[in-house]
Amino acid sequence: MTRDTETRDVRTSLVEARPATTGDGGEPAVWEVPRVTVIRPAPRLPHLDLRELWHFRELLGVLVWRDVAVRYKQTAIGVGWAILVPFVTMVVFTLVFGKFANFPSKGVPYPIFTYSALLPWTYFASAVALASSSLVSNKALVTKVYFPRVLLPLAGVSVPAFDFLFASIVLVGMMVWFDVWPSAALLLSPLFLAMAALTALGTGLFLSAVNVRYRDVPYAVPFLIQIWLYVSGVVYAISALPERWQWVLALNPMTAAINGFQWGVLGSAPPALGKTLVSVASMVFLLLVGLWYFRRSEPRFADAI
Amino acid sequence: MDEAITVRGLSKRYTIGQLQGAYGTLRDAMAATARRLVRGERVTEEREIWALRDVSFDVPQGTVLGIIGRNGAGKSTLLKILTRITTPTEGRVEIRGRVGSLLEVGTGFHPELTGRENVYLNGSVLGMKRREIAVKFDDIVAFSGVEKFIDTPVKRYSSGMSVRLAFAVAAHLEPEILLVDEVLAVGDAEFQRRCLGRMEDLSESGRTVIFVSHQMQAVTRLCDRAILLDEGQIVGEGESSELVARYLQEGYGTGSSRVWLDLAEAPGGDFIRLRSVRVVQDGREAAATDVRRPVGIEIAFSVLREGSPIFPKIKMIDGRGQVVFNAMDTSARWRDPSRPGDYTSTAWIPGNLLNEGVMSVWVDVCSLDAPRLATHAGVTDAVAFHVQDPSEGDSARGLFIGQWQGVVRPLLDWTTEER
Repeated sequence: MTRDTETRDVRTSLVEARPATTGDGGEPAVWEVPRVTVIRPAPRLPHLDLRELWHFRELLGVLVWRDVAVRYKQTAIGVGWAILVPFVTMVVFTLVFGKFANFPSKGVPYPIFTYSALLPWTYFASAVALASSSLVSNKALVTKVYFPRVLLPLAGVSVPAFDFLFASIVLVGMMVWFDVWPSAALLLSPLFLAMAALTALGTGLFLSAVNVRYRDVPYAVPFLIQIWLYVSGVVYAISALPERWQWVLALNPMTAAINGFQWGVLGSAPPALGKTLVSVASMVFLLLVGLWYFRRSEPRFADAI
Repeated sequence: MDEAITVRGLSKRYTIGQLQGAYGTLRDAMAATARRLVRGERVTEEREIWALRDVSFDVPQGTVLGIIGRNGAGKSTLLKILTRITTPTEGRVEIRGRVGSLLEVGTGFHPELTGRENVYLNGSVLGMKRREIAVKFDDIVAFSGVEKFIDTPVKRYSSGMSVRLAFAVAAHLEPEILLVDEVLAVGDAEFQRRCLGRMEDLSESGRTVIFVSHQMQAVTRLCDRAILLDEGQIVGEGESSELVARYLQEGYGTGSSRVWLDLAEAPGGDFIRLRSVRVVQDGREAAATDVRRPVGIEIAFSVLREGSPIFPKIKMIDGRGQVVFNAMDTSARWRDPSRPGDYTSTAWIPGNLLNEGVMSVWVDVCSLDAPRLATHAGVTDAVAFHVQDPSEGDSARGLFIGQWQGVVRPLLDWTTEER
């Protein structure tokens, strides 16, 4: 038995085929190129096998499609929820924070200020919730068939993107109604939305792996999301806060994501570069920690779930 | 020959904590961490279990290998490592070729989706490409026999229908190497027959198959070779029929008697419960029987309430998985409605009827629910015994000592006239 502790690794590799050799009868025996799967103990230092992920891209698509299809089939008003949730929240926020508390709203009408923040926020909140429960809710798959487990939280953050698209229609309507026009920075908004997605992914990776061992996560997530909402600039404009606090809140990547998105759609002041960089660094950190913890726990998922 | 799979020094260690979901809750984990920090106490009382220990074997291309062993022997762990669902603690496996695994029929089926959608979902989960599924789609549907309901949500299917559809998908998986778990344990006899048939097709087409099962008949019928696992180690390797015989004989599997002490746990229900099943010969319990003398299958059962007329029934299956016979007690005493009480019935199989080898006995207590038999208490593979021919010249084989083919080995009356 050979144990190579230095190169502990699990991967599928394409190994060059043996050359066509000559059989005993003198006739060439032709072999197909065999794919060799090597199974070894889990690596000490986890890494992400991007080639393998690419190989499984179709399955990711199928998992996303399944969740979207099931969601719209199971519910009575289906796609209506995607619009109703941010819209009603916007109405409530407008009454409570806009009218009553008179929170700052970047100089645009409060309803459109908060709705344009609620769009990326609602996406983020559902993405975190779906991703963090993704492993446990797909237990049947995790214990019965192999695929890179990262696909599950990845599908979890992809599914609510459809809701986002539907809810955006309302935003367009509101922009026309309030006569608010987007700036050229709208072209950059996909980048800021990607920030929201990656932040949700990092958080989701970490929480989904924790959830395999400790089922406290479903209780903690709504609480976490609720707190997070108040430090993301959804109900008030962060730019109205003292400078010092703005730097602290920049540690939350969602502030940059929402700020950047509003910069595009509302034509409000561009987010400060320094604070945005802090947010990006924070997002990268979250993503790496989430990924590292996820990959480290992955070998035990099927046993512990 | 080319090895499709090589396994070297494979071990898998579980800590009990892991198996029970670690500390259970975050609170306990935090408490444990706090204790460790405060008192410098190390929490290493977790017990370790080696589910597999230094397992090495090769599977040549085109072989159908069976993995047998009792519950907890490490069969499932081995399969889970080979299918990459879990990682080994030590060792190395190399698999050459496209692998398909089937640990369950219908993995990932979603009740809200239609049959059509589930074919795509399940196929993708099993590793098929969308194009491949599209090409095979019509065949899959035809094979399943649920054409009419293909656009109906699977939640409206009967369980038989969804199993058939799921199996149809699995049957169209065309890997070079197929890893299969107890898939055959589900479904009715017809379904199991089709599963076996499909696997026979696969093995005939030169594919490599690893098959883990409790069903010894299926193993001997399908597999060329087998590996016997016990307590995580390989304790036997060889031709499947020989190994199955050894497994049954050495008490790794079904024994010559079964007793259920706790009636509540015994097979059956609120009407009938089995109490014990034994193989007897010459007034004693027998794991190995003499081919020449009668063998009794003694079935003890309790009737718990009055009910329809019932009767005991046995089914004898040989080591190759063939049904040798079915037999039930047809005597007049079972024609009246049943009365509560404890009963012991013995079925006597005449001497010089069974052939040599392992016999597995399935026991049922049934009633006639025309046109079919209703089972009130039943056990598959209830007991097993090994029929032996002492080769003293007075059995059907006479003085010949080679292998004697046939499902049965009757000693016939011969008449001869010489003119």
